[in-house]
Amino acid sequence: MSLAVFFGCTFIAFGPALGLVLFTVVRDPLRIIILIAGAFFWLVSLLLSSLVWFIAVKASDPRDEPLQKGLLIFGVLFSVLLQEAFRFLYYKLLRKAIEGLVALSEDGCSPISIQQMAYVAGLGFGLMSGAFSMINLLADALGPGTVGIHGDSQLYFLTSAFMTMVMIFLHTFWGILFFHGCETQHWWEMVAVILTHLIVSGSTFWNPLYVGSLVPSYLLMFATAAWAYVLSGGCTRNLLQSLRGQQSETSPQPGS
Amino acid sequence: MMITFMNSSDSEEEACNERTSLISVESPPAASYQDGLQAPEAAETQTYRKRRTGGSCSPSDADGSNSDSGIPVRDIAVDNKEEELTLKYGAKHVIMLFVPVTLCMIVVVATIKSVRFYTEKNGQLIYTPFSEDTPSVGQRLLNSVLNTIIMISVIIVMTVFLVVLYKYRCYKFIHGWLILSSLMLLFLFTYIYLGEVLKTYNVAMDYLTLFFVIWNFGAVGMICIHWKGPLHLQQAYLIMISALMALVFIKYLPEWSAWVILGAISIYDLIAVLCPRGPLRMLVETAQERNEPIFPALIYSSAMVWTVGMAKQDAASRVLTQQTWDSGGVKLGLGDFIFYSVLVGKAAATASGDWNTTLACFVAILIGLCLTLLLLAVFKKALPALPISITFGLVFYFSTDNLVRPFMDTLASHQLYI
Repeated sequence: MSLAVFFGCTFIAFGPALGLVLFTVVRDPLRIIILIAGAFFWLVSLLLSSLVWFIAVKASDPRDEPLQKGLLIFGVLFSVLLQEAFRFLYYKLLRKAIEGLVALSEDGCSPISIQQMAYVAGLGFGLMSGAFSMINLLADALGPGTVGIHGDSQLYFLTSAFMTMVMIFLHTFWGILFFHGCETQHWWEMVAVILTHLIVSGSTFWNPLYVGSLVPSYLLMFATAAWAYVLSGGCTRNLLQSLRGQQSETSPQPGS
Repeated sequence: MMITFMNSSDSEEEACNERTSLISVESPPAASYQDGLQAPEAAETQTYRKRRTGGSCSPSDADGSNSDSGIPVRDIAVDNKEEELTLKYGAKHVIMLFVPVTLCMIVVVATIKSVRFYTEKNGQLIYTPFSEDTPSVGQRLLNSVLNTIIMISVIIVMTVFLVVLYKYRCYKFIHGWLILSSLMLLFLFTYIYLGEVLKTYNVAMDYLTLFFVIWNFGAVGMICIHWKGPLHLQQAYLIMISALMALVFIKYLPEWSAWVILGAISIYDLIAVLCPRGPLRMLVETAQERNEPIFPALIYSSAMVWTVGMAKQDAASRVLTQQTWDSGGVKLGLGDFIFYSVLVGKAAATASGDWNTTLACFVAILIGLCLTLLLLAVFKKALPALPISITFGLVFYFSTDNLVRPFMDTLASHQLYI
């Protein structure tokens, strides 16, 4: 492969996320800390789910193919559920942090709102998830080799990059939805996040039939994006005005 | 030569005292004001200024003292306003440390992944005499534990020696030691590093150019670190020498010994900084009693410039306070930089080509640093910076390498996403 593949896949997978980080996170130290702590929480959830899967695999017969496949499916589902559980834990931690920040501030309001924290936390989860999926592939892309020489799909790198991008976006929007659900006690939003996550992960079982995995994921991504936008206080008029480059007088508080 | 290098580079155990005059080394002369200004009106700025994280003042060295000497923050006036100031700026401090630690790790990981020299086995330090080439696991474990014991004993002896020197005011000796060690780092190790990088990329360089480059690099480095220089340049040099030291450790410490040493150093750090009779704590207290500036070149200072406007009735005192805001910044010892980079570099070198492990260790160390700074803000006293980060780093290294890697590899081979 080549540098072109490497750079292409890197920017497909991480370009939008990098833009989001550069424009919204880097200026504020508190947001950087929340981002990295979010990445840490995702990492811990991955660790625990890998532990469970590892124990299950070691306790089973390695030659039994269907069993191994079943264990893998179980591993994926368990990992998804654990990630959402850790998202909830992170929400609880950030809630406490906001109370602390309010107590310490001069004017009784926190320098950062829970909505901003939700966005940054989701972004942290997404970045770490994307990095863990993509970095080893990118390192391999720099070395010699031919993709799909043994009959596998030749689009492996490209589809991985697109899938990573959609996962990063999805995690960001899930973060916003989930935290909003926790804040306003709308349990259906939390259930929706968990269900969508399960659907997206489940759809990747259709790989290498990429139509079955990429298309539903992107559709779900646009749907969750719209929902998160509405929940953050956006409306179509604001969207149109921002697209036309105008300032809206009645802009709601997106928390930024 | 290794011995002298180690001996000289060890120097770092210096008194980290929270005197703002410490900062004067790299900051504008305002610091001298601070000594006299214990007045309450200056308290607000001063508390901020005096905050210092526990950092080890010494670059990690075989014989060096690499524990963190935190400097207790002097509570001049525990005003509510001060609390707010310090905690509001707490996040900024954390980022001011994240950036150099990240840069140091990036340099080390980039070098490890590209220059083969630092991953080749080429002998060991005399501080780790037992070889790990034995076939049996028990023997190897025993050898690494023995190596660790020897290394830690050397470190303890050197630290105590330094404390004794400091107590009996043998400043010339300490200064000479420091200068010799930075000379070694800035010239010899840079020369070796440059040579290996040029070899890797097959670039030819004539001796004249080489001499010119190394001479300028080293001379400017000595001036910046030991005398005066632009803050960012000094910070850059400190990061570079920490990276060079970390690379030396990564090359010359055998595998298992390195991990055991990392664990043991964290425990030693904890004891040396927090126990009442710990050498580092005594060092800090002695320095505080004498109101002396710390030795330069052993602490990374992220001095931040900020002014505080105060409605002071007294015009004279207002002038004073405005001139003395000085940055508070946070200070972290070079030893911390070095050991963080050793951990991440070892993860990059030995984790079977896996980048996930390196990334996991990196995030773990940053979170550990964040927690340490949080504890510092809560307890307001000298804290060791190694234990939490190294513990997280070690836990994440071993678990990611053994548990997460097979899981992620299996997922990647089926192109599944979680």
